Amino acid sequence: MKYRSQKVAYWFFALSMLLLSLQLIYGFIMGFAHMGYDGLHSVIAFNTARAVHTNLLVVWLLSGFMGAAYYIIPEEAENELASVKLAYAQLISLAVVGVIAIVGYHFNYWEGRKFLEIPRPLDYLVVVNVLTFLGIILVTLFKGKKRTTTALVLTMGLVFAALLYLPGMIWFDNQAMDSFFRWWVVHLWVEGVWELIMGGILSFLLIKITGVDREVIEKWLYVIVGLTFISGILGTGHHYYYIGVGKIWLIVGGIFSALEPLAFLGMALFAIAMYRKGEKKHPNKIALSWTLGTAIVSFVGAGLLGLAHTIPQVNMYTHGTLVTAMHGHLAFWGAYAMIVLAIISYAMPNLTGRKLYDTTTGLYAFWLSNIGMLGMTVAFGVAGVAQVYLERKVGLEFGDVQKEIQVHFLILVSCATMFTTGICMYIYEFVKHGRPSDEALVTQ
Amino acid sequence: MLSKSQAKTFFLGGTIVTFAVFLALSWTSLSNEVPKRTHEENLTPQVVRGKEIWEANNCMGCHTIMGEGAYYAPELTKVYERRGEGYIKAALMSKTPWSPRGRKMVAYGFSEQQANDVVAFLKWIGETDLNGFPPKPDLKK
Ligand code: HEM
Ligand code: HEM
Ligand SMILES: [Fe+2]
Repeated sequence: MKYRSQKVAYWFFALSMLLLSLQLIYGFIMGFAHMGYDGLHSVIAFNTARAVHTNLLVVWLLSGFMGAAYYIIPEEAENELASVKLAYAQLISLAVVGVIAIVGYHFNYWEGRKFLEIPRPLDYLVVVNVLTFLGIILVTLFKGKKRTTTALVLTMGLVFAALLYLPGMIWFDNQAMDSFFRWWVVHLWVEGVWELIMGGILSFLLIKITGVDREVIEKWLYVIVGLTFISGILGTGHHYYYIGVGKIWLIVGGIFSALEPLAFLGMALFAIAMYRKGEKKHPNKIALSWTLGTAIVSFVGAGLLGLAHTIPQVNMYTHGTLVTAMHGHLAFWGAYAMIVLAIISYAMPNLTGRKLYDTTTGLYAFWLSNIGMLGMTVAFGVAGVAQVYLERKVGLEFGDVQKEIQVHFLILVSCATMFTTGICMYIYEFVKHGRPSDEALVTQ
Repeated sequence: MLSKSQAKTFFLGGTIVTFAVFLALSWTSLSNEVPKRTHEENLTPQVVRGKEIWEANNCMGCHTIMGEGAYYAPELTKVYERRGEGYIKAALMSKTPWSPRGRKMVAYGFSEQQANDVVAFLKWIGETDLNGFPPKPDLKK
């Protein structure tokens, strides 16, 4: 590490790891419930487990993004963070809001709007928290010596993500309007501004790992985020087919969302091409695996599996079934979980000075988690296709169909066990790195 | 070959144009389509109370409505038409977990009035024009 204040990143990464492990526990609770083992029903009902699982996901990813920004921005802007004390205060308040929300979900304190379950009063705390974070990042960036494209794209992604949280806080009496604006948050995050965050982190990692000229990498970064917005903004329409907001979206959403995979294809080709072109080979093999991995798996999970059900004629049948869960898992994993794990793998040796670049545990963590997640995706997919056919074509009762597809959840839980083993190994490596230390400072 | 500043123009230009189109389309949908398709004149205070109960209890955490939500319990958009008022109220007012096919629902034990509110909400949802969703099972004999 080059700047003392980058150490803050470590604690955001640590919070990330903690919340990730909790997320998986709630995943298992739901997996077992789908198999028919709902022993926890009276204490942690399915809707509680689900809200906790998905909200922990979002919070650990955000904590990872914030850690990434606190690591990357000082190095790119060539400036210490504006205020380390404020950054720690922001960390603690993020953890506190997260904990209150998660505990609240166990006591019916929530808002039943998928992914936005955090109750309004807590939303305001989230806003204050994020403004503090953005304040620190923006001041650091604009008082710094340099404003690189990488830093600007990353920051733009973070600022837009904060702005887009707001439409989700408005109350509507009409369910169709409610849903309409819920997608401004959910869709425009994952298929819009979060891709800027991903692109910014990916570009930073590629510059550091492959040694390719910054100008070349950043030029392609602009092309990719351009493709993202051009397809992704109007692509929001793929959520507007069947919620009572008009027919125009069948055409607009269908065409533009079918173009969205291009941005992810661009990301994959970009990472592979830069890796091939690079002459300098950075010794951190594990960070390299995660970096190339995120670019490739996001194309499969978001690009291809998204495309599979984004055409209106197909979506009519798959809309709101386990097919959606299949795509949701591999897309979130490939694009956002893996990019966070990539930047952590790159940053940890630099923060702590312990160069665990090529350990067997680290490589096993990569392969086990990825193969496990692919297996889970297949299990959800098979269950989903069977569900669509039996329920929406043959017309069997929901509950009868669920009994037919229970067996696929046995496969799901088995693959999830493999996945979780990989994650445990990743966290073991994280802990083995130890704490960040000033001795790891390097001077250029 | 494409230069960095051309790439930047592509990004900024593309974003501004598509975002403007998106805002225009959103505006027309919300002002012209939604009121008609959702029969906004039927959106009574009772329906709104039903929606509040629906949200306060995170029903979407197990069920889907208009195809949005979770995949643990049945899609409810057309439940009023499928099951009728009596059945829905029995499920909502039950003091023990409702589980007709083995999978348990939370035992809410709602009052008669709360149950009526939720039924009104579900009836209203069932009448919205959703471009044909949920599809009719075409292989059903
Ligand atoms: C990293 C990027 C992406 C992530 C994290 C992601 C994640 C998700 C999630 C979690 C849902 C369920 C949302 C809900 O029901 O509330 C969803 C739905 C959907 N996604 Fe994606 N997605 C991504 C990219 C894409 C792309 C590129 C496409 C199209 C090519 C796509 C097509 C769809 C469609 C059509 C649905 C609606 C499914 C339904 O009707 O139930 N997604 N996505
Ligand atoms: C131990 C591993 C995991 C298991 C057993 C698991 C299981 C599940 C189950 C059963 C659901 C609920 C589906 C329903 O509504 O019926 C779910 C939802 C979800 N999980 Fe996981 N999960 C695991 C890990 C993950 C990971 C690592 C991610 C992200 C990278 C993730 C992202 C999601 C998302 C986005 C949803 C909502 C999907 C949707 O609404 O379409 N899960 N998970
Ligand atoms: Fe989307």
